[in-house]
Amino acid sequence: MEYLATLFGSYWPNIELTAWTLMKIVAIVAPLMIGVAYLTYAERKIIGYMQVRMGPNRVGYFGLLQPMADGIKLLMKEIVLPTASNKGLFLLGPVLAIAPAFAAWAVIPFDATLVLADIDAGLLYVLAMTSIAVYGVIIAGWASNSKYAFLGSLRSAAQIVSYEIAMGFCLVGVLMCANSLNLGKIVLGQEGGLLHWYFLPLFPLFIVYFISAVAETNRAPFDVAEGESEIVAGFHVEYSGMAFAIFFLAEYANIWLVCTLGALMFLGGWLSPVSFLPDGIWWLLIKMAFLVFFFLWFRATFPRYRYDQIMRLGWKVFIPITIVWIVVVGGMMQTDYAHWFH
Amino acid sequence: MFKQIKDTLGSLMLVELLKGLAVTGRYFFAPKMTIRYPEERTPQSNRFRGLHALRRYPNGEERCIACKLCEAVCPAMAITIESEQREDNTRRTTRYDIDLTKCIFCGLCEESCPVDSIVETRVFDYHGEQRGDLLYTKDMLLAVGDKHEKQIAADRAQDKKYR
Repeated sequence: MEYLATLFGSYWPNIELTAWTLMKIVAIVAPLMIGVAYLTYAERKIIGYMQVRMGPNRVGYFGLLQPMADGIKLLMKEIVLPTASNKGLFLLGPVLAIAPAFAAWAVIPFDATLVLADIDAGLLYVLAMTSIAVYGVIIAGWASNSKYAFLGSLRSAAQIVSYEIAMGFCLVGVLMCANSLNLGKIVLGQEGGLLHWYFLPLFPLFIVYFISAVAETNRAPFDVAEGESEIVAGFHVEYSGMAFAIFFLAEYANIWLVCTLGALMFLGGWLSPVSFLPDGIWWLLIKMAFLVFFFLWFRATFPRYRYDQIMRLGWKVFIPITIVWIVVVGGMMQTDYAHWFH
Repeated sequence: MFKQIKDTLGSLMLVELLKGLAVTGRYFFAPKMTIRYPEERTPQSNRFRGLHALRRYPNGEERCIACKLCEAVCPAMAITIESEQREDNTRRTTRYDIDLTKCIFCGLCEESCPVDSIVETRVFDYHGEQRGDLLYTKDMLLAVGDKHEKQIAADRAQDKKYR
């Protein structure tokens, strides 16, 4: 560090800070990539088990090297650029899909001190980042110049926008309880064990948040955007090789992201559920894995929603429920029972 | 009215969805049915209809007498037979081809054979790498028969009282 400073100090005064931040970014993104790779493995394995199959078991012990094999395969494949596509936007699509999925991790507190950017508007930043992700989908579907891709991206965009409202309202409930947009402070507001986590007073919001999260990430049973039986694969039909893999990574990185947010806001983040066990990052990881398991469980269980059912659920069920519960929470905070909600 | 309230409450409590999750959750722990093929194999019937073979008598004489019943009965017309009279005045085939790309493995050739010459073995994992590899000639079929004679004879013996 000091060597760097003496070397470049006069040209680039903040180089130490830059190098240090870059290292932190790598320390977050590298485990995230591994987590994403092994989420695909866990998905195939868990869904296989639920279908009384074994899932991948050939590459390495218990198929543990399967994600590596898949990655190498995708890396070596050709990226086909359709002649009718808009080349620049076609390649911009995957980038716009994955960049926000990674950028949002900047404000995620893994521990009381382990956070890259401890900003006060953390939650707002995360919401903004997840909203940008929809542009990647729209641009990819548009630039492909294929009717399937276009239909898929339209469906996906409408779905993400609809469920973002319900999700936003769920987070409003959390804000009312925590009195802060800073994710670290939201977690600290839940201190004191299992019974103080926000999922108890905000239980309906927690359920709505989680289902909206499934819809936001375009996962089964809300995966009409892919809808292989109707529109082949949705917005990424025309993508192959690594360009396709980027979309795939973005989808799974988003799953990790929404599960992490759920764990932070409703399940007490890195806090221990009981007072005699120490707090720590492992609690966050356990809670993340717990929520992610439900994503895979849903995919193995539920048939796909029809498009109009998705819209009905988002607009006519979730939004009223969240608004009612926010009013209930707000009203209860004026009574003697306000301590239940803080 | 009452039913409507009950249904609404039920769907709000996600009752049916939780039931569905319980089903897949139970199967998550169920013993897995997967057979890891090259190492493990499913049990086979002694009547399994796989790769064809031509059999011989224990003294080494081929059984086929070129009656051409199999050729006549074959619904896919996969069998081609040409015959001649040998020096010892017996009728024998000079050519016995089975086009396995045409064959539908119905087993009629085996049923029609009066001398148990053409049979279908338990072998199912064979392949060809180029055109013509699956066109089995008399020599190849006899070789298959020689290789698996023990298994073939055992299977026929087991099935004897039903034939």
